[in-house]
Amino acid sequence: MSQTNTDKATGESASGGGWFSRFDLVALLLEGRAFLGLIVIIVVFSWLSPNYFNVDNLLTMTSHVAIFGLLGMGMLLVILTGGIDLSVGSTLGLCGVMTGFFIHGVDLGSVTLYPALWVVVILVCCVGALVGLINGVLVAYFRVPSFVATLGSLYAVRGVALLMTGGLTYNNLDGEKALGNTGLSWLGFNSLFKIPVGILIMIAVAVVLIVMLNRTPFGRWLYATGGNARAARLSGVPTSRVTVLVFVMSGICAAIAGLVLTSELTSAGPTAGTTYELTAIATVVIGGAALAGGVGNIRGTLLGAFVIGFLSDGLVIVGVSNYWQMVFTGVVIVFAVLLNSIEYKGGRKAG
Amino acid sequence: MSAQAKHAERGAAILSARDVRKHYGGVKALKGVDFDIYPGTVTTLFGENGAGKSTLMKILSGVEQPTEGQIVLDGEPVRFASTVDARERGISIIHQELSLAPNLSVRDNIFMGRELVRNGSVDYAEEARQAAALMAELEEDIDPLTPVGELRVGQQQIVEIARSLSVNSRILIMDEPTSALSATEVEVLFKVIRDLTSRSVALVYISHHLEEALEITDYAVVLRDGSMTAKAERSEIDLPWIVRKMVGENFDLGTPPTGYEFGDVALSIESVSVADVSVAGRSAVDKLSLDVQAGEIVCIYGLMGAGRTELLEAVAGGSPLSGGRVLLNGRNISGLSIAQRIEAGLCLVPEDRQRDGLVQTMTVGRNLSLASIGSFVRGMLLSRRAENDLVNDAIRDVTVKTDGPHAMIGSLSGGNQQKVVIGKMLTTQPKVILLDEPSRGIDIGAKAEVFRLLAERAKQGTAVVYSTSEVNECLSIAHRIVVMGRGRIVAEFGPDVPKEQIMAASGESAAA
Repeated sequence: MSQTNTDKATGESASGGGWFSRFDLVALLLEGRAFLGLIVIIVVFSWLSPNYFNVDNLLTMTSHVAIFGLLGMGMLLVILTGGIDLSVGSTLGLCGVMTGFFIHGVDLGSVTLYPALWVVVILVCCVGALVGLINGVLVAYFRVPSFVATLGSLYAVRGVALLMTGGLTYNNLDGEKALGNTGLSWLGFNSLFKIPVGILIMIAVAVVLIVMLNRTPFGRWLYATGGNARAARLSGVPTSRVTVLVFVMSGICAAIAGLVLTSELTSAGPTAGTTYELTAIATVVIGGAALAGGVGNIRGTLLGAFVIGFLSDGLVIVGVSNYWQMVFTGVVIVFAVLLNSIEYKGGRKAG
Repeated sequence: MSAQAKHAERGAAILSARDVRKHYGGVKALKGVDFDIYPGTVTTLFGENGAGKSTLMKILSGVEQPTEGQIVLDGEPVRFASTVDARERGISIIHQELSLAPNLSVRDNIFMGRELVRNGSVDYAEEARQAAALMAELEEDIDPLTPVGELRVGQQQIVEIARSLSVNSRILIMDEPTSALSATEVEVLFKVIRDLTSRSVALVYISHHLEEALEITDYAVVLRDGSMTAKAERSEIDLPWIVRKMVGENFDLGTPPTGYEFGDVALSIESVSVADVSVAGRSAVDKLSLDVQAGEIVCIYGLMGAGRTELLEAVAGGSPLSGGRVLLNGRNISGLSIAQRIEAGLCLVPEDRQRDGLVQTMTVGRNLSLASIGSFVRGMLLSRRAENDLVNDAIRDVTVKTDGPHAMIGSLSGGNQQKVVIGKMLTTQPKVILLDEPSRGIDIGAKAEVFRLLAERAKQGTAVVYSTSEVNECLSIAHRIVVMGRGRIVAEFGPDVPKEQIMAASGESAAA
């Protein structure tokens, strides 16, 4: 009872510490295992291949992690409320295509409009948000189960991306100086202080979301909605609005991931990001979140993204066949969830 | 000692627990309990929440294994591997939380896991016939093909009871079987229990409804804090004796607080109607009007299905009104959201704390602060210090027994969980607080504390409205007792009315 004087509002809030530290200990143990797994992965692959553990490769792998991390964080928000978002892979694809579309200029009949890159970024994020908004409204107000609603958008959004390009890929996305729309390559292809910009963007998004989850009313609402939506609603939490907003945020995360990926690849194909929604779910699950909602955090999800990214790249480097890669990834996911269920089983007991 | 002699008359115990201990981690739920059950008798287990009743029953029915000690069945030490194992030896249990599949029919639920098979396929006709026979025995007019989810809670309880009857157990354990039953349904259940004992079935009965349990029991065993404190025959005991043994002291549920004037009308319910969700075109609440003054405590008494829950939920904004309006201090709040109503000073403590009251994934502290998040926002962020103060105050105010605000909500006993739900709403500083069955499933000590808390708030000028289905609770702190039946107010009484009169007004036969 004597912990009235906890630390002030510092950046430390990121850890979600303070007087809920006991609960965090359980979470930490869970993440500890993911962390251990990550170390095992690094050690094993470094031993198998001299090319694995060096700065260049680590940076390359990290830029792959950024994509999964961004998608995973959006997915985490949705999963925390007890839902699921299967549309993020398609949204990523559509947003990549939209990026190419805007850079190549919007033809308005008499004139062709070439928006500046920052405008492109905003427009693309709006596209992601729009997909999320449709998902969220379907789930929150029309009571469509999130699995079904987002399964629908998985198909529909991918279809739109294919329609826009006729199945072709946008290349040559550097823009032209004269048109003032250059700079896309900076987002994913370039690095800042030798660190790929993609990973910096992921970190920035992570910081924003950590503060949101731990220190804002919205974050608290989100956890409460996922833990028990009925109780949250009767306590005055606007659960429908929370649901809509998490889908919008997931859509925006997918849009950012789409921008980064497009920049990394310097091309925008309509099939980019296919099955990425499943990878995103895997990162969240490996990170210790409960699919039932209410339990999980950003830290865990990022760890999950690193585990998935470092594992699959490692398998590529040591020359394991594509088919075996899928088997390994599957085993790791199930193993992680297995550990989670053991953990939760031991957790709850009352007299 | 005379009880001992009587035991000899009854014959040997059919099932016994010998020095049974159960530890959950560091928590000692049972500290060496001896317990006997005799054929053809009802043994009632009394005790507060967390005293270890449910744990003991789980051990006797094979749900859990004792940490130490022995279970003796027919004089032989046994070890139940599972509930199925225990059931095959003639022991079945009706749990406090219903374990029915809402999507399946009454018939399928009754025969779930032991379907009657003929020629390799399920004999649905025979199952339906037996299910109908059970329903007839329980005097309940339920079609065996009705999905269980469409029944009200009381009827679901009947289905659960029918399921255990259908197994022809020698030993039947009932954990709070009457908590959702109406008085008539309880009477039928008691008739069935007497019938079972005459067929020399041994029954174990757990109930918070002490008077009711006294009516049916042959033996009383009292647990307190994991140990057995008393054991006696029905003829040797009375209600005060049980209560003394349970809580170890004298107490009562309080009296209406006095010594202050009521304020203006705080809550005004004007000819409110609420549609019945299960039956189209019917009203669960029918043009009901009620005024409550600041500082006044009003008790709404009624049977299951009288419309109490529907009324309170609609007033709090949880479900829409189909007619009428609600005024708070003269302001029409009918169109406001739940959050806006809480802000305006009206809140509801819901009936089912697990389903509607608590967020199980959160800590005690976060549950307590959930409804008043706005009050500790500084700038755009939550102030941890302000929340800390708020939560610690709330814990002190409603005297929650917990390791601290960071403990998980599931680690608390039922009574303390209920205090958290009430504390959460009191923290919003309401002008009007509605409580739907605030004493449901909590022990008598916690009940008294809850009522004391409400009386204190009323003295400070809060209008309190609580609903109950126990007459004793009407006659505790309420200044005014309103009896509801079929969605209307059928009678109003002062605090000095005899119990019988209240029950008669509700349409209840004078059972208890």
